[in-house]
Amino acid sequence: MNLTATDIRNLILAAGALGVCALLPLGDNGYWLGLGVTVAMFTVLATSWALFSGPTHYISLATAAFFGVGTYVTGLGIDSLPFWVLVGLAGIIGAVLAALVGLATLRLSGVYFVIFTLGLAELVRQVITWVQNNSGQKGLYVLTDLDEAGIYWWLLGLATAVFLAGWLIGRSRLGFALRIIGDDETVAAHSGINTALAKVMLFMVPGAVAAMTGAILAPRYVYIEPSLAFAPILSFQVVIMALLGGASRLWGPLVGVIPFTILLEVISSNFPNQTTLVIGIAFLVIVYLLPKGFVGLLDKAMIRFNGREGA
Amino acid sequence: MDILITGLLLGGTYALIAMGLNLQYGVARIMNLANGEILVAGGYFAFIAYSAAQLSPLLTIFLVAPLAFALNWLIYRIMLQPLVNRAKSRGQLETDSILATFGLSFIGVGLMLSFFGGDYFSYSFMAVPVELLGNTYGANRVVSFVMAVLICGALYIWLNRSRAGLSIRAIATAPSSARLVGIDVKHLSALAFALGGAVTAVGGALISTYLTLDASTGVVFTLKALIIVIMGGVGDVRGTIVAALLLGILETVVASLLDPGLTLAAAYVMFLGILLFRPQGLFGKKTT
Repeated sequence: MNLTATDIRNLILAAGALGVCALLPLGDNGYWLGLGVTVAMFTVLATSWALFSGPTHYISLATAAFFGVGTYVTGLGIDSLPFWVLVGLAGIIGAVLAALVGLATLRLSGVYFVIFTLGLAELVRQVITWVQNNSGQKGLYVLTDLDEAGIYWWLLGLATAVFLAGWLIGRSRLGFALRIIGDDETVAAHSGINTALAKVMLFMVPGAVAAMTGAILAPRYVYIEPSLAFAPILSFQVVIMALLGGASRLWGPLVGVIPFTILLEVISSNFPNQTTLVIGIAFLVIVYLLPKGFVGLLDKAMIRFNGREGA
Repeated sequence: MDILITGLLLGGTYALIAMGLNLQYGVARIMNLANGEILVAGGYFAFIAYSAAQLSPLLTIFLVAPLAFALNWLIYRIMLQPLVNRAKSRGQLETDSILATFGLSFIGVGLMLSFFGGDYFSYSFMAVPVELLGNTYGANRVVSFVMAVLICGALYIWLNRSRAGLSIRAIATAPSSARLVGIDVKHLSALAFALGGAVTAVGGALISTYLTLDASTGVVFTLKALIIVIMGGVGDVRGTIVAALLLGILETVVASLLDPGLTLAAAYVMFLGILLFRPQGLFGKKTT
């Protein structure tokens, strides 16, 4: 692997930032740690979402479905298997599920994919509810000795893995192929890229990551039931945060996650009935005011700055 | 047998709603994900008119239709036209319009929640039994079905016989060529979008006579309408009607034989089958 001086500098900076983040539970164990867990969760989800949707421009609304499947993996297996096995298992199941969804829809145009993923969480939720009603079981208790700090560190570890994976994919042949697909799918197909296969493979990443996130967060809920685990709003929050930050860069979603998590936190504690309205407005802001996210805004500012310097 | 007829009655109203979406997607090229909210709004209107002024929903629809038409026309002109203008490709317009109409959908739910609250609403209109082929059905279902058939029929004749209908079909087939033969694509797209919204709102008013709705049920109807449109083929009136009836029957079969909680799951399985085997729609021809 050829690392330039800039690459090494960025890696060291990222590792330093990670180290600082990891210290949070030592400073506070209440409100800020809770917020930290939420931010870490959305960072993982939005970054992995953007890994797929950034280059391909497909809008995936499947996050809630994978997330819910992950929480159920932990919920069902917590009494018989160690926690880390469950997280890994959730990742594998998420990846397989994503591959199946991808094989069915990614050969077709983007609209089919959006519609299918939109209802996927509801589909899985209805099936699980039905199975539970027939087996007479209502919900699941997840009792572990994992506390908020433990969940936070798990998520931080997962976030590191996601960023590393994104960085490596960006340097790989797959990443190169995906950039060509994003620019022009016809050109990609004509230069011998198996476009459907590349998209399915990449879609497995957010599928696995979202399921693992669900598995890690299950102990936080303590009691799991379908309407909680498969809340469709999660998918929309992830889309907004990723696009608000900008899906064209690896670190873009992070820029959207932090302000929007805090905004939602403030809104839901002061005006609990207005969250849907805020989400709606956020979508319109993205489409009409920030089509490339904060990253696009920054790029524009950089170009203007450099241009002035050159003149 | 009574399952089949109940399914057909339900499918008739679905056909109306899906026709609305098909006009918006097939002609105006806007995948309108706020369609379900327009439907619920139509339902609310009928509910309020009936409980406040005892106005029959069958008369209310003549008020709902022009109001929804005007609202959708404004939405298209103000919010969606700029997206059409700035889009460099079909794909970009799809992404933009999906995100924008998601926004509209959430805003619609948010507004209805703050005005009417999150409660379910229903009213008793023509809840008298009618006998059909030896079984009894609610009169409201039968009347809604008849109205849906009348409106679908009128739309079908208008699209196939009138000059405006011909132009609209031309845009649905080839938007860029339509302009070359002197069709005002911008004007007619707005018209089709508004008309689609009006049809959907009327469908909502009709469906509210026998189904219980609440502010956030819209998305379920959006999903069903989307599934019907894709199954029937985009821009295909005949396919839409057949697909809607099939979905109505399938849902009723699953609800009465298996579990009412699985209706959307059943619709999804059908959708998956279509995606795997006939992505071009039931009657669609294979393209490249």
